Amino acid sequence: MESFSLILAIVVVTALAFDFTNGFHDTANAMATTISTGALRPKVAVAMSAVLNLVGAFLSVEVANTISKGLVDEAGIRPEVIFAALVGAILWNLLTWLVGLPSSSSHALMGGLIGATVASAGFGAVHGDVLVTKVLIPAIAAPLVAGLAAMFATRLTYRLGRKADGKASEKGYRAGQIASAGLVSLAHGTNDAQKTMGIITLALVAGGVLAPDSDPPLWVIVSAGVAIALGTYLGGWRIIRTMGKGLTDLQPQQGFAAQTSAATVILASSHLGFSLSTTHSVSGAVMGAGLGRKGGVVRWSTATRMFVAWGLTLPAAAFVAAVAEWICGFGSWGTAVVAVFLVASSFAIWKISRREIVDHTNVNDHEAPGEEPSGVVTQAMAAVTPPPAGTVSEELSATIPAPNDPASPAKTTV
Amino acid sequence: MQIDWAALGSVFGVSLVVTVALVALFTLGITGLSRRERAAAQGESAVLAVTGAYACFAACAAAVAYGIYLIMA
Repeated sequence: MESFSLILAIVVVTALAFDFTNGFHDTANAMATTISTGALRPKVAVAMSAVLNLVGAFLSVEVANTISKGLVDEAGIRPEVIFAALVGAILWNLLTWLVGLPSSSSHALMGGLIGATVASAGFGAVHGDVLVTKVLIPAIAAPLVAGLAAMFATRLTYRLGRKADGKASEKGYRAGQIASAGLVSLAHGTNDAQKTMGIITLALVAGGVLAPDSDPPLWVIVSAGVAIALGTYLGGWRIIRTMGKGLTDLQPQQGFAAQTSAATVILASSHLGFSLSTTHSVSGAVMGAGLGRKGGVVRWSTATRMFVAWGLTLPAAAFVAAVAEWICGFGSWGTAVVAVFLVASSFAIWKISRREIVDHTNVNDHEAPGEEPSGVVTQAMAAVTPPPAGTVSEELSATIPAPNDPASPAKTTV
Repeated sequence: MQIDWAALGSVFGVSLVVTVALVALFTLGITGLSRRERAAAQGESAVLAVTGAYACFAACAAAVAYGIYLIMA
């Protein structure tokens, strides 16, 4: 193997760490609907997604360095810049995972790259218009497109499937969900593992180990694929819970419509040259499916928190990356400080996450974000409308004494 | 600033049409199979419904295969 400088080795390890966080952050995209509707058991679902991610990483040989292409001037890229960018992206991914919010890993990575480049080469090195066309517009378009498609699809499947019942329909919707979830996993492996490969390759080129324009070496492809698969298998249960249970309550029909819409949008967008984020598409599709069913509700408070997280992703990752790059600028010890900070804060976030463990056993149990507002609403309604509350307590007081008097229940219930 | 509205529009249109078409086909397939289930329970057969169902599923499978082809391309 080629001779490695220390900084290059650090960048490669950090990139693989990002790939890992990317994996468990995005498990929800493929498997949240499948898990919440019970089509697959949680462990089976993440295992399947992990395998398909790994396979996906090997499917395409096209170098996916679209992340760096166009957005920032390649001339400003040094290994330290990439390192700082990855630090910002990893920390944002971990933070959003801690609070259980789905957010785009690609946006985090782009934000990191932008922040680090600005800190290293000034604002001139970032192309503002590319920022709008590649980040802003897709972030608004993706959930709308996927959501509308999922909403219509949900309506249709309920209408057409009125006469579908029994074992056949149950099995059918299960199979449909698994197939479309598999497709999303595969696409994710190809796209996102490729991004990491692109980043590592870029770092290797920037560090002078590889000639410009060369394909990623085999060890890069293998390690990126394995890292994302391991991350996926670990399962970002917190995010899966938000997506599968927190945004809305999904029935198998809705899960199928949502996942099909997401898979279609992801494939159509990457094929037609207007790349949309997987996370945004799936979240939009889930909400659309929630709206498409009669009596279905979307918990807008959870959705709003998610939208806020989307808006913050890029600037937050950029800010952290810029600070990291600034500290790295002081020399080797600066880089060491950033590396130690990354490890320490990752550990801290993990430690905090252990206070309330979410894993495959309780991923479908309750919806922490959803309960809160409904409780608030109920309380508010109870406070605003005293008369019904009064009748409730009257009924209660009427029925409670009943068991004490064996002869009276028939009278009191009337 | 150059926003590729044409690409965005086609993503929108294609996604909408393909999703709705796929879900419709699949639902029809499921309906066909559950009709067979009901027919079998009454000792009848539903050849037409089952044939239609498998045709629907075949179309969906073709779409999935095309999706995999797109991922590999």
